[in-house]
Amino acid sequence: MSKEQIKIALAGNPNSGKTTLFNAFTGLKQKVGNYPGITVEKKSGKAKLSGEYNAEIIDLPGTYSLFPKSMDEQVAQQVLCNNTDEDYPDVTIVIADATNLRRSIFLLTQVIDLNMNVVLALNMVDIATKKGILINVNLLSEELGIQVIAINARKGNGIESLKEAIIKTIDEKPKKLFLDVNKIFKKVIEKANEIRGVENNYASFLALCRQKLSGEVLNRCALNQLCKQYEIIPERIQAKETVKRYKVIDKVIFSCVKKEALAGKYQFTKKLDDLLIHPFFGYIIFLSVLFLLFQAVFSWSAYPMELIDSLFTDLSIWTANAMPKGMLNDLVVNGILAGLGGIFIFVPQIAFLFAFIAFLEDTGYMARVSFITDKLLRGVGLNGRSIIPLLSGAACAVPAIMSARTISSWKERLITIMVTPLMSCSARLPVYALIISMVIPTDEFLGFNLQGLVMMAFYLLGFLAAIGVASLMKFIIKSKERSYYIMEMPSYKIPDWKTVIYTIVEKVKIFLFDAGKIIIAISIILWALSSFAPGKKFEKIEQEWIGKTDAEMHIAADKLEASYAGIIGKTIEPAIKPLGFDWKIGISLITSFAAREVFVGTMSTIYSVGDDNIQSIQERLKNVKNQETGEAFFTPSVGISLMLFYAFAMQCMSTLAIVYRETKDWKWPVIQFLYMGVLAYLSSFIAYQMLS
Amino acid sequence: MQRLANLAIGTKGKIRSISDSDLEQKLLEMGCTPGEQIKVVRRAPFGGPVAILVSSYVLSVRKEDALKIDIKLLKDE
Repeated sequence: MSKEQIKIALAGNPNSGKTTLFNAFTGLKQKVGNYPGITVEKKSGKAKLSGEYNAEIIDLPGTYSLFPKSMDEQVAQQVLCNNTDEDYPDVTIVIADATNLRRSIFLLTQVIDLNMNVVLALNMVDIATKKGILINVNLLSEELGIQVIAINARKGNGIESLKEAIIKTIDEKPKKLFLDVNKIFKKVIEKANEIRGVENNYASFLALCRQKLSGEVLNRCALNQLCKQYEIIPERIQAKETVKRYKVIDKVIFSCVKKEALAGKYQFTKKLDDLLIHPFFGYIIFLSVLFLLFQAVFSWSAYPMELIDSLFTDLSIWTANAMPKGMLNDLVVNGILAGLGGIFIFVPQIAFLFAFIAFLEDTGYMARVSFITDKLLRGVGLNGRSIIPLLSGAACAVPAIMSARTISSWKERLITIMVTPLMSCSARLPVYALIISMVIPTDEFLGFNLQGLVMMAFYLLGFLAAIGVASLMKFIIKSKERSYYIMEMPSYKIPDWKTVIYTIVEKVKIFLFDAGKIIIAISIILWALSSFAPGKKFEKIEQEWIGKTDAEMHIAADKLEASYAGIIGKTIEPAIKPLGFDWKIGISLITSFAAREVFVGTMSTIYSVGDDNIQSIQERLKNVKNQETGEAFFTPSVGISLMLFYAFAMQCMSTLAIVYRETKDWKWPVIQFLYMGVLAYLSSFIAYQMLS
Repeated sequence: MQRLANLAIGTKGKIRSISDSDLEQKLLEMGCTPGEQIKVVRRAPFGGPVAILVSSYVLSVRKEDALKIDIKLLKDE
């Protein structure tokens, strides 16, 4: 029996339980993509409605109205207002929060007036009842002229009735208009209909309000003309209409909702807020939460990361032995598997970070954090919502940059993305650890371990650099868009573990598939650069060392020197000499581009150290002599210069890949790469010249 | 008549008007229509945002924006 496939759009306010309902419908059968041409994420999934109907559900970005203010919200409007859009739904579900009915049915009434097949899913009716808000669902359904289903998305209550209602609505338009704009603005709407060649009063009204409907460019001039002719100011008619609409909503609510005295629930939120938004304790609690988050991402993920690392090592060894020796073997093991390992190793950090963020967001705490930090961060061109990306950057910039998506102002979001990689991430840690142990004495300073203090200073330096660059970018990046901070502070609630898990799965998928493609490509290029040499140099090296002790080790080092990567290292040597680096560090800088922690491995190969044991690399590097002076090569000045370079330089292709993905423009990763490079070069130069 | 930005926590009032058209659009659709009753519930430290209770939910706006919102004070019952 063939089933009929219908399209469903899911719309609603942020915090209305939209995502929870989407998850309840689709389970893990979700797909995250992008709307063509723009960065807005498109989430869709498949669901079974009945024996006869299957549905494709599109989760529209959360919005309060069909008057879009951000790119996200524009998508919701575009899909719903344009019946030629490929995602135009057969049925629209608007989800509304029953505890906040007045505001949350505003969007619904607009959808009704577009004359769409729509169902209202009234979420959390049980909680509203507990709060003393009694809603007469049948009367509401009658007043609105559509089907209204009470659900609890989290518990999964009412989902079956909702499915039945959807099927009934496939060929059922709303019984009446909610607010007839034609009565308010009379002739203008009819004229606008004529210009647009459609018979949809409300869509024409939205077009008149200068809402960018797709395919509306051609009519723009004619509509502007119309506005002039009738002396209409689009902002004014939109405001007038909104006020009228709320008047009708208030009437409906008056007849359908009965309020009793508030019960204890609201008091709970109030008491918790007394503490969490406290001018002193609020910040202390926030810092403690951060500390815990940092610990989790940093130390808990160490175990799964080690496991992934050893799995890939085993897999590499196994593959190397199982495949016939030769070029293909080398490409698979040192190019592809090494690249894959470099991607998968980040998965635990991403999972932990997003688990925490989803948890904090779902409880409602995040809204409070941005409430108390907005003022402080705005001074440097950031937003209250920038705090999480910035601090998660101390673990890994990749998930941190993905979490900047909650910032609605494009300029503030862009600045956040641009400065987050300056925070010292965990990949810099092995580099710092190696160099500090070589060049910083194990003395005590004011009773603290000096090495530890230097390490801390580098973390602080990263944060200060991020703040500094942000305040510069505030003046450089031009934006006509005004920055707003208009945010709902939702009541606290116990987080829904399902939502947390779905968020983790979604973010990990995005990272693996989108950033992964680019990382693999660059890994293969790096492999090729270090595995090939011009002419027959490799053969000569092999013959030279044949039969001698430690041949394999020496061959590897000499081959790297002769390879294209080695040639590049030698070519850039004059440029990095003023920083105190030689061509060998030059190669490490280049290979570090795959990921900073590669530095330790490259240094060990290049200085012919047999194993990756940090202790032995350290001993070996200490014995490296400066060929001109005969003294130890790694002096404190070289060490500090090298650490500064690693602190500031953009040596992480995963980050560049994710910046491209989030901004959909190569301009930004390129600018980021350049400004961080300049910053790194200058600070290393100054430090080396001053210290040596 | 008072500006929202200058009201103390616990003050009740009714929204009279919003003097910035762009801001007005955004607040109107969030339910801050003229005549709607509000109550100041929180103020962030260091001149940060102001949180108000409006049609049974809590909304926060920046202090500069709150300066553009006119409120008619209501006597406590």
